[in-house]
Amino acid sequence: MKKLKYALFTGCTAKQSTPEQMMSTMAVARKLGIEMIELTEASCCGASHLQDYDDFLSLVLNARNIAYAEKHGLTMVTICNTCQLNTAMTKHRLDKNAELKAKVNEKLAEIGLEYKGTSNVIHFLYAIIDDFGLDKIKEMVVKPLSQFNIAPFYGCHNIRPSELHDESHKQKENPYNPTSLDDLIIACGGKNVDYEEKNKCCGFHVELQAPHTAAVLTGTAIAGATDNNADMMVTPCPLCHLKLDTQTKSASEAIGREVSLPVLHMQQMVGLALGCTPAELGLKHHVTEVNFI
Amino acid sequence: MSAEKITTQKVNFKVFRFNADEDYLPYYENYTMDITSEEVVLDVLNRIKWDHDGSFSYRRSCRHGICGACAIKVNGRSTLACKESMATMIEYFGNDITLEPLSTKRAVKDMIIDKADFWDKHASVTPYLVADIDECPSCENLVSPHDAEELNEADLCIQCGACHYACPVVEVNSDFFGPAAFVAAYRFESDVRDSDGERLINVNEEKQGVWDCAKCYECAEVCPKDINPIEKITKLHQMAFKKGVAKNNVATRHAVGFLHSIKRNGVLDEGGLVLYSEGLHIVKHIPVALAMFRKGKIVPPWGITKSDKLDEIQKLIKSSSTVKF
Ligand code: SF4
Ligand code: SF4
Ligand code: SF4
Ligand code: SF4
Ligand code: FES
Repeated sequence: MKKLKYALFTGCTAKQSTPEQMMSTMAVARKLGIEMIELTEASCCGASHLQDYDDFLSLVLNARNIAYAEKHGLTMVTICNTCQLNTAMTKHRLDKNAELKAKVNEKLAEIGLEYKGTSNVIHFLYAIIDDFGLDKIKEMVVKPLSQFNIAPFYGCHNIRPSELHDESHKQKENPYNPTSLDDLIIACGGKNVDYEEKNKCCGFHVELQAPHTAAVLTGTAIAGATDNNADMMVTPCPLCHLKLDTQTKSASEAIGREVSLPVLHMQQMVGLALGCTPAELGLKHHVTEVNFI
Repeated sequence: MSAEKITTQKVNFKVFRFNADEDYLPYYENYTMDITSEEVVLDVLNRIKWDHDGSFSYRRSCRHGICGACAIKVNGRSTLACKESMATMIEYFGNDITLEPLSTKRAVKDMIIDKADFWDKHASVTPYLVADIDECPSCENLVSPHDAEELNEADLCIQCGACHYACPVVEVNSDFFGPAAFVAAYRFESDVRDSDGERLINVNEEKQGVWDCAKCYECAEVCPKDINPIEKITKLHQMAFKKGVAKNNVATRHAVGFLHSIKRNGVLDEGGLVLYSEGLHIVKHIPVALAMFRKGKIVPPWGITKSDKLDEIQKLIKSSSTVKF
C-alpha cells in the first residue's frame, strides 16, 4: 500500500487543554506509518460560535485553512468533531454555491490564496477506518484491550448533520446507530458497550451559558455508560473529552449521583493496543485518572 | 412505478402502552408481524389497531406528511409515521423495533401525548406577521422572489414536534423554546413585511432563548420536512448582532470572544476566552482550572503558539468582517 499522507488540522484544543490528544495522534500516526504535515498556518475554525457572530468571516477563515491543505495536494485530517463540522460545512457550502465561493475567493485573493474544492476533509477516525483499514489495524494489535468493556461516545458533530457524511466519510455513518467507534473498539480487542447515550450530546457548547443543562447531559452520558458496565469511555472529540474527563464534579451534582469514568481519546485507545507507552500517549494529562494501565 | 419486487420480513415490535385514566405505570406490548417493503410506520400503527387491539390509540389525519399529527419515536428516533418507510427503519435498527410516543413523560394514551408545552412555546414567539398594513390596501404587498428566499423553507414547518421532542435541551430545561418555536420565530423575523420589535429580543432572552441551544444537530437530523432548525437558530443569532438586540452577556461575549482571540493569535486562547466571556464570574471555574493546571492542561496566554502567517488572518478579518458588536 502507498504510504498515507495527510494535511493535519490540529485545532486549538489539542495544542492547549488536551496535549495528550496531540501526543497520541502523532504516536498512532507513527505506528501506522501515516505521514502528517501539520497546517501551522491554520486559524481556529470558530467552533460554531464565530459562526453565530459573523457567518461570512468564518467561511473565509475556514476556506483559507482548506486552501493550505489544497496547496499541499493533500486530504485534510481533523482531530476534533467540531473542527470537522465547521471545516466540512464550509466546504459543503462553497462547493455547492458558486456565487458564494467566488465571494470568498475574492477575499482570499488579497493574500494570494484560492479555495478550489480539491481537498477532502475527514476526521482522523475515518482516515484510520476507511483509508488505513480496520483489518490491518487488527493485525497490528500487540496488546489487545480484551479485559475491558469500553463505551463509545461518538459526539454530535461527527455523526450529525448527516448531510455532510457523503463528503467527509467513505463509510456512511448512521447517526441513529453509529458503528465506526464500536468497530474500532472491537478491532483493538476490547468489548464495546451499547448504551442509550452513545450518540447523544455532552453539552460542551453551552457550558458557559447554560451550565446546568451541560452538566446534566454530561452526567447522564457517564451514568449510562456506567450502568452498562463500562470500565472506560472512548471519544474521537477533544471537546467531549474535556467535558467527560474534567467536569465530573458538576455533572455528578447535577444528576444527584456520583459519576466518574476514565475517558480515552480514540487515538489513545488505538495507541495502547498497538503497544505505545502510557507516556507517549500522555495518559498523565487526564483529570479523571486512567488508573488501570 | 419501479418494478422492484415487494419483499416481506418478520419484525418484532415492542409497543409503548399507557392509559393515563387507568394505569399508574406504562408497559410494553409485543407484536410480531410480517412487514412488506412498501409499508410505512403508520401502516404498522393501523395494523396494531385493526388486527390486534382496537383500543390502541395514536394521532393521524392526512396520511400525506401535511397535518403533522402522526409523529412518534421509533427506536428513540423522532419520526413522522406516515412518511417514514419501514424498510428504512429496518435498515437502521434491524428487526427489533420499539414504538413509543414522542415523549413518554407526556403520554396520555399510547402514542398520544399532551403537546401543550409545544404549543405554548409556539404561541409565545409571536408566530404571525406583525405589520402595519392598511385594511383595504389598494395594491398587494409585494415580496420579491429574492426576499422570499430569505425564509429558507421555514414556512414549510408542519408543527409535528419531531424536533422539539428530540431536543436534549428541551428535555432538561423546560423554559427553552425549542427548535420548532425558533423556526416559527425565524419565519416571521425574516419576512420583509414584518415589523415586530419584540420577537427577536424575546428569543434572545437567557434560559429560554437561542443561546441555550447546545448545537447538537438532532433537530436538523429528524425534521421530516428538511427544514434544518439549527440553521435558523444560527441565523437568529446573527440577526441579533446585526440588528443590535444582542445583549452583552456571557453567551454573546463567548461568540465575539472567538473573533478577538483569532485576531490576536490566529488560534483560540482558551483561558482568555473564558475570562473574556465570564468576567468576574471566572471565579466559579477556578476549582476545575486548578485540577486541569495540575495535569498540564492549561497554557498561559504567553505560551500559546500563534498561527504562522498571522498577518494573513488579520488582513482577512479586516476585509471580510460583516458585523460590529
Ligand atoms: S473547534 Fe475547537 S479545537 Fe477546533 S479549531 Fe475550533 S476552537 Fe479550535
Ligand atoms: S458531544 Fe459535545 S463536544 Fe462533542 S460535538 Fe456534541 S456538543 Fe460538541
Ligand atoms: S441543535 Fe439546538 S435546538 Fe436543535 S436539537 Fe440540538 S439543542 Fe435542540
Ligand atoms: S421544524 Fe420540522 S420537525 Fe420541527 S416541528 Fe417543524 S416540521 Fe416538525
Ligand atoms: S398523518 Fe398527517 S402528517 Fe402523518
